Amino acid sequence: MEFVNPEGLRLDGRRAMEMRQLRAQIGAVSKADGSAVFEMGNTKVIAAVYGPREVQNRSQQMSDQALVRCEYSMANFSTGDRMRKPKGDRRSTELSLVIRQTMEACILTHLMPHSQIDIFVQVLQADGGTRSACINAATLALADAGIPMRDLVTSCSAGYLNNTSLLDLNYVEDSAGGPDVTVGILPTLDKVTLLQMDAKLPMDIFENVMQLAIEGCKAVANYIREVLQENTKQLEVRRGV
Amino acid sequence: MRGLQVSLNQTQKIRLQRALQQLESLSSKVNVNASVTVADTIPVNFEDNILKGHGTVERDGELVATLCGVVERVNKLVYVRPLRSRYKPEIGDIIVGRVVEIVPKRWKLEINFSQDAVLMLSSMNLADGIQRRRTAVDELNMRSFFEENDVVCAEVRNFQHDGSLQLQARSQKYGKLEKGQLLTIPPYLVKRRKQHFHHMEQYGVDLVLGCNGFIWIGEHVEVRDTMSGDQVSNTEQQNTKSSTSTNYMDLEEQEQGYTPLETRQNICRIANSVRVLSSLGFNITVEVIMETVDLSGTMNLEVHEMLGSEFYVLVAEKEAERRCSSGKKKG
Repeated sequence: MEFVNPEGLRLDGRRAMEMRQLRAQIGAVSKADGSAVFEMGNTKVIAAVYGPREVQNRSQQMSDQALVRCEYSMANFSTGDRMRKPKGDRRSTELSLVIRQTMEACILTHLMPHSQIDIFVQVLQADGGTRSACINAATLALADAGIPMRDLVTSCSAGYLNNTSLLDLNYVEDSAGGPDVTVGILPTLDKVTLLQMDAKLPMDIFENVMQLAIEGCKAVANYIREVLQENTKQLEVRRGV
Repeated sequence: MRGLQVSLNQTQKIRLQRALQQLESLSSKVNVNASVTVADTIPVNFEDNILKGHGTVERDGELVATLCGVVERVNKLVYVRPLRSRYKPEIGDIIVGRVVEIVPKRWKLEINFSQDAVLMLSSMNLADGIQRRRTAVDELNMRSFFEENDVVCAEVRNFQHDGSLQLQARSQKYGKLEKGQLLTIPPYLVKRRKQHFHHMEQYGVDLVLGCNGFIWIGEHVEVRDTMSGDQVSNTEQQNTKSSTSTNYMDLEEQEQGYTPLETRQNICRIANSVRVLSSLGFNITVEVIMETVDLSGTMNLEVHEMLGSEFYVLVAEKEAERRCSSGKKKG
């Protein structure tokens, strides 16, 4: 199948190094301490953060740091074919773990001992790159909840199809079976917190693809920072003196 | 938009936008870009030996924010004041909380902090008002003070070395809150002031603005130190109960527990003003709440209409007007 036509356009009309449109909204869940909706093209994810709050399971309480928990789920209506998925299947357990580890790397957990932070992410529309979208939504929600963080974590994916590196794969490109590299970085610290690839790629090409994904992450970071800046300013203005 | 879901029509949208723009233009003169987001560097103008406070870390000789909020400077101290976050207690704060658990010698209260707060039996005034050691009998009678899910008002006493929080309720004004509504709003909207208990005479309503963002609106309770007197009268009543018909007593008890319809409407009216104000993100003070209640009164609005879109826009406009005039006075 041809994923990049001779004019250099992809199936959805993007260039090889073009991202899908980003959209973010803070404060989608009224009862949560922090929440956000994040969209990358047709992928749409909602995230809610509760905490830091009292630990529910006493035996998990830690006296030097906060406990971070994460739950990933996919709405039944999120994919093309409506399927009833059992909760806690292998894929969602793995994704919960990945998101938890990524977020734990940036939260300053030592500032909130004896407490726990719950992150809930749910995919509302799945069109490839749900992993990245979930991480981006969780970052926004954590920042909204006023939880101290080392840096924002942002994530983006990139792939390699038809001898070209492609940024931000959608569902059709993702299911083509080619290599799919998901990268999560701390943009101002220039550190990698997540790197996943489930295929083989020669070293030199891999480096190219990863570099492309990192560029994507930085673009996402700029957008997220703008959204947060606007939100903070608005809150302060409304509150008044 | 948080909390309240209102659907605005075209004119209302424009009016709301204009009111918010007015607010923005007013505050832009006051602080110039003091707001930061996570991982922004805070300019410190190469001053040496500054003190880094909450919400900041030092990285490669630069000060970096770890929260979204507003940069505050007090002499050499630089810190970030977060806006939306959980409650950060300070000693002496008046808070409202809900009892979640009763454990030996203490109650555990949910107060929107990162842990449950602790109210020791020994930091409560006893019913008879005598100062003495708490006995095992007192411990067994803890549920006669507060049960699970009761709403309680107390004061922050101190922090334990492990970061947990101790409360005290050593005054008649603290204690169980009954016959009213509890609202939860973001704590940054409540300012610390001298007075957090308010009695609104014209409505017969008590208002407690907890620093932790829990707001209590309830029927006015006349004197709270009737605890000892109550017990005496209770025993008297029990004595008389045996002699007179029990039916008559039940009626009288019902009478005592009954809140007049008008008071209940007033409670709802005040609660709805708080809901509108907090969903707009305005600072919550008694003056603003009273103004909003009065506005709804002059508009002849029903209680349920206060949560509609028209009143929402009106409150925003009123606030813009109010801040405009107060700014002029200062200037």
